[in-house]
Amino acid sequence: MKLPISKPGTSVENKTGDWRTFKPDIEVAKCIKCGTCQRFCPEGCMGDEGKVPIVNFDYCKGCGICANECPVKCIKMIPEK
Amino acid sequence: MVEELFVSGHRACAGCGIATSFREVMKAVGKDVIVVNATGCSEIVSSPYPQSAWKVPYIHSLFENVPAVASGVSHALRSMGNDHTQVVCIAGDGATYDIGFGALSGMLERNDDVIYVCYDNEAYMNTGIQRSSATPWKAATTTSQVGSAVKGKPQGKKPILEIAAAHKIPYAASTSVGYPFDVAKKLKKAMGIKGARFILLFASCPTGWGLDTAKSIQATKLIVETGIWKMAEYENGKMTGVFKPGKRKPVEEYIKLQSRFKHLTPEDIAAIQKEVDASWTGLE
Ligand SMILES: Cc1ncc(C[n+]2csc(CCOP(=O)(O)OP(=O)(O)O)c2C)c(N)n1
Ligand code: SF4
Ligand code: SF4
Ligand code: SF4
Ligand SMILES: [Mg+2]
Repeated sequence: MKLPISKPGTSVENKTGDWRTFKPDIEVAKCIKCGTCQRFCPEGCMGDEGKVPIVNFDYCKGCGICANECPVKCIKMIPEK
Repeated sequence: MVEELFVSGHRACAGCGIATSFREVMKAVGKDVIVVNATGCSEIVSSPYPQSAWKVPYIHSLFENVPAVASGVSHALRSMGNDHTQVVCIAGDGATYDIGFGALSGMLERNDDVIYVCYDNEAYMNTGIQRSSATPWKAATTTSQVGSAVKGKPQGKKPILEIAAAHKIPYAASTSVGYPFDVAKKLKKAMGIKGARFILLFASCPTGWGLDTAKSIQATKLIVETGIWKMAEYENGKMTGVFKPGKRKPVEEYIKLQSRFKHLTPEDIAAIQKEVDASWTGLE
């Protein structure tokens, strides 16, 4: 019998990037790799802390938390085209 | 790098503070866990069949019975000789303060070996923002509307942390998603203790609070910086610590960010300030 059980971590099939109307634009040269944006992003789509963030636009919903929390203000929210 | 155990693709609204909370909780707890989840946004956004955002064993049963399910899972594990797997409840304020309250009290009174995490977004969000006993004084919800006679919720917040601690459980603590290191520290501490552990985690809901999504985390810092929300610890019923935010910011800085409070008068804000000031007597 096949039990109707969901497999762990399978939500990644669901791409949420098309929810976005704004997107983060990162001025990489100014980034101090503090990890703040990666820690707070609700989608966990900014890569590993300790490195320059790389946004996975398959999932970014464009909330703007990363831009608001960045201590050196190197993230700008720009309209999605 | 610590592995993400609450992963992308979940359907929480943009800027949802509970999603950040679950990432943080799961990274602290690690893989040796069984998550028991109540009905609410946490469950609806994370586990529409056949998908799951939880990268660990997970069970959802009902709204009201999370503590009882968790007690059962925990007793089954321990009876089978497994003394290491953590059983972690994830439940909203509606599930915790109101609907599952009796079962929660039972779980705490029996001191069952469970970590219970209540994410408090201060209303029944998943069904469209109804007031719960965690909704703060004057906040507008769809069942505490702003009319000519009554403006927002007439009652204050139930002191659930103190109620949990009064069961004399080994550990009860409050924290906020705006302080991820505090969240992680308290979960790690809880993991080193046996018995019933209760963590109250303040988490933002931009949709339900009328809050700019970008300011979702900022609000969860401000509620601590203004002293409205205390990050406290209780061991065996006694308060053993509270985070002191230093010179507290005016409560208005937190309140003005959210449209659920937009009808508040200067007198209302002054009353909240007075109550917050009084609540810190003897703690600063
Ligand atoms: C016994 C029962 N009553 C009501 C509901 C409808 N319901 C589903 S989710 C929800 C809101 C949950 O609120 P909360 O626990 O605060 O979690 P949140 O949605 O805010 O994350 C309600 C009322 C239900 N599923 N079961
Ligand atoms: S805009 Fe929001 S979802 Fe997108 S990367 Fe920034 S924090 Fe993450
Ligand atoms: S918050 Fe800003 S400075 Fe810190 S890692 Fe992110 S982009 Fe870099
Ligand atoms: S309604 Fe609130 S708690 Fe629920 S998913 Fe949306 S932002 Fe998160
Ligand atoms: Mg709620």
